[in-house]
Amino acid sequence: MAHAHSVKRHKGLMDWLTTVDHKKIAILYLLAGGLFFGIGGIEAVLIRLQLIKPMNDFVSAQTFNELITMHGTTMIFLGVMPVIFALMNAVIPLQIGARDVAFPFLNSLGFWTFLFGGILLNLSWIMGGAPDAGWTAYTPLSTTTYSTTHGVDFYTVGLQIAGLGTLIGGINFLATIITMRAPGMSFMRMPMFTWTSFITSAMILFAFPAITVGLVLLSFDRILGANFFEVANGGNPVLWQHIFWIFGHPEVYILILPAFGVISEVIPTFARKRLFGYSSMVFATILIAFLGFMVWAHHMFTTGLGPVANALFSIATMLIAVPTGIKIFNWLFTMWGGQIRFTSPNLFAIGFIPTFVMGGVTGVMLASAPADFQFHDTYFVVAHFHYVIVGGLVSGLLSGLHYWWPKMFGRMLNESLGKLSFWFFIIGFHLTFFVQHFLGLMGMQRRVFTYLPNQGFDTLNMVSTIGAILMGIGILIFLINAIVTATKPKGVADDPWEDGRTLEWAIPSPPPEYNFKQIPLVRGIDALWKEKMAGNKGMTPAEPLGPIHMPSPTILPFVMSVGIFIAGLGFMFSKEQFSNSFMSLIFNNWIVVIIGLLITFGSMLLRSLYDDHGWHIEVDELDEEGVKA
Amino acid sequence: MSTTHAETVDGALPHEPEKATLEGRNKVLSFWLFLGGEAVLFGTLFATFLALRNQTNEGPTAGELFQLPMTAAATLILLVSSLTSVFAVQAMHRHKVAALRVWLMITVLLGLGFLGLEIYEFAEYVRAEKFGMTTSAFSSAFYTLVGFHGAHVAFGVLWISVLIGQLYKKGLTVVTAPKVYVSAMYWHFIDVVWVFIFTVVYLLGKVG
Repeated sequence: MAHAHSVKRHKGLMDWLTTVDHKKIAILYLLAGGLFFGIGGIEAVLIRLQLIKPMNDFVSAQTFNELITMHGTTMIFLGVMPVIFALMNAVIPLQIGARDVAFPFLNSLGFWTFLFGGILLNLSWIMGGAPDAGWTAYTPLSTTTYSTTHGVDFYTVGLQIAGLGTLIGGINFLATIITMRAPGMSFMRMPMFTWTSFITSAMILFAFPAITVGLVLLSFDRILGANFFEVANGGNPVLWQHIFWIFGHPEVYILILPAFGVISEVIPTFARKRLFGYSSMVFATILIAFLGFMVWAHHMFTTGLGPVANALFSIATMLIAVPTGIKIFNWLFTMWGGQIRFTSPNLFAIGFIPTFVMGGVTGVMLASAPADFQFHDTYFVVAHFHYVIVGGLVSGLLSGLHYWWPKMFGRMLNESLGKLSFWFFIIGFHLTFFVQHFLGLMGMQRRVFTYLPNQGFDTLNMVSTIGAILMGIGILIFLINAIVTATKPKGVADDPWEDGRTLEWAIPSPPPEYNFKQIPLVRGIDALWKEKMAGNKGMTPAEPLGPIHMPSPTILPFVMSVGIFIAGLGFMFSKEQFSNSFMSLIFNNWIVVIIGLLITFGSMLLRSLYDDHGWHIEVDELDEEGVKA
Repeated sequence: MSTTHAETVDGALPHEPEKATLEGRNKVLSFWLFLGGEAVLFGTLFATFLALRNQTNEGPTAGELFQLPMTAAATLILLVSSLTSVFAVQAMHRHKVAALRVWLMITVLLGLGFLGLEIYEFAEYVRAEKFGMTTSAFSSAFYTLVGFHGAHVAFGVLWISVLIGQLYKKGLTVVTAPKVYVSAMYWHFIDVVWVFIFTVVYLLGKVG
């Protein structure tokens, strides 16, 4: 039946640029995150190729510094963060029985600011040199005295813009989870992935403003000649370390908690048992988040804070092992006595557990301040954080992607390729990083661009590089799997794993743009499983069939992000000496910055002046689509 | 999902029109969350300032620079503007659009007065005292903290001005009411931050 929409429907590229649908934004996050993850991965392989043998000259020392800096920065901020946001966007509104997030417009804005921040950061490769002061950008190394290119400016401005997008996303998901849950879904009935994403969003809210300030201070030092970190003029370089890690330590829990959530979804599904100790999982998550804010100075044991501070931060850090241990045992007890199916998502989830435990054990070792004086800035630390971030987080994300892929795209990933990619990934991972523990204990420093022969480093570095290549092959197989799957026809069942427990498996794959024709009534934890066990076909609706209100697509978030991007570039080059007089005119007089800000604030004004009334999908259209499905 | 269709004052506008729709409630809740993030932002700036406030690099010190009478006047202006924004929200709850607009205009004028004093203060420091961004770590921290606050005030002035215009054009509806309400929350927040700046930067600078 024909129906006149009051809103213009876009097609093709314009559809993607203007979409406010959380499911499409999830795919955008996945594509952009995947792209940056690929760039960061190539950087990783280049680093390992340089270190494959002693006294190698594959890349120069300067290039090596740029590679390690960009590898860390890209992977953390532009690789895994957006993939986390991809899963959150794809899954959370479905898991809580909502039709969209609380602020679809802001959701789109968050994505575009992240993307333009990431692009700006990576432009550094072709615009005079990438940042080279490490992903932590410690002062004074990152000040203009020691880092003379624009590299660190790309770092401060690019991360500032990308961080803005993350903060917007965090607030959006907090509001979504607080106010948009379906009737009956109390907080203690929420799926664990929703819980961990909720806590992660809260951590984003309280951690990211700290790095915002840190980056402002560093860019003011570098561009406006301020003295925050200039010792000669009264500044204090340790201040940067504090601000960076007050953000940076919560950040690693921001990263890992959603992976905990994924594991807590995948393991019960494929064990056909409800999650063991759900309430203790919730409280362990909250406790980890709380303690995560209390331990930042364990990155600074060797800075010289004194024995009292070091002891306190040591103990606080070790305490985190308790809630984390609760989680590990809960996952094991969930599997205990279950009917386990070793599907590809479950393989990644089961591989996660021992790998993450190993990263946790080295974490407790590092938490011991006296021992840390030995471990500090060696490959032992590199091994530790790659165990938690790659073996932990990336495994978790791959598990989640395999698990929710049919829900996101309507097609199952190939199981054989999935399992092959898992084995390459996990074997390659352990080959790469297990030996690095011993390299570190034998005294190999991190961030050195080469090393002398015959110190016992040669073989282990060779092994590590071979492992990195295997891991790269694992990721490539996943990529091939995704491409092969994209050519297959859509049409998987609503619940393709057959043992789905939560609400997202009660609706078609991929879901229609309004998600739920009728908002479901939630009658317990694992809402869909409960209905299945009661012998019901699907969920009981909580509302009569009626017209559904939808937000209008809009290009404004894209334009606003372009404006911020222009302003950022203008600010970076405001003190640059140009040979071209026109360039000096527009940059040195802040004209570029003003144009960029005008674009952004002008778009905000337009958004405020013209109300978005949205549009409705009428009941007859719902019925029509219902027949098709 | 509730609709955002505008209702006029003549229709049945509820007592708290800012919380009448899900969109409105989401906006208010998220703005509280946003202010939580802003608190961390200013907290970090305050911490930076406290760490560096005695690092004057042989430039002017806080005791030499600050003139408490002028800062006290700025404080009084900003505190009164917070009161007028309360009156604005009260007028909104009574559905008196004209009074609402007048109180918002007074708030904007007071905000402009505050900004004028701050710009004068900064200009004097730079001109008469040779106290600029690059003078010392203290000066950098001072201008960044107080300047961030000033930029927030400037943004608030622009924002509330736009809202006054919208109230003329669209009237008080369940769409415009949440905007007015969160702008008032924002205004109170920057007022509270100023109270801390007055204490930590100016009073402590004079006596500490």
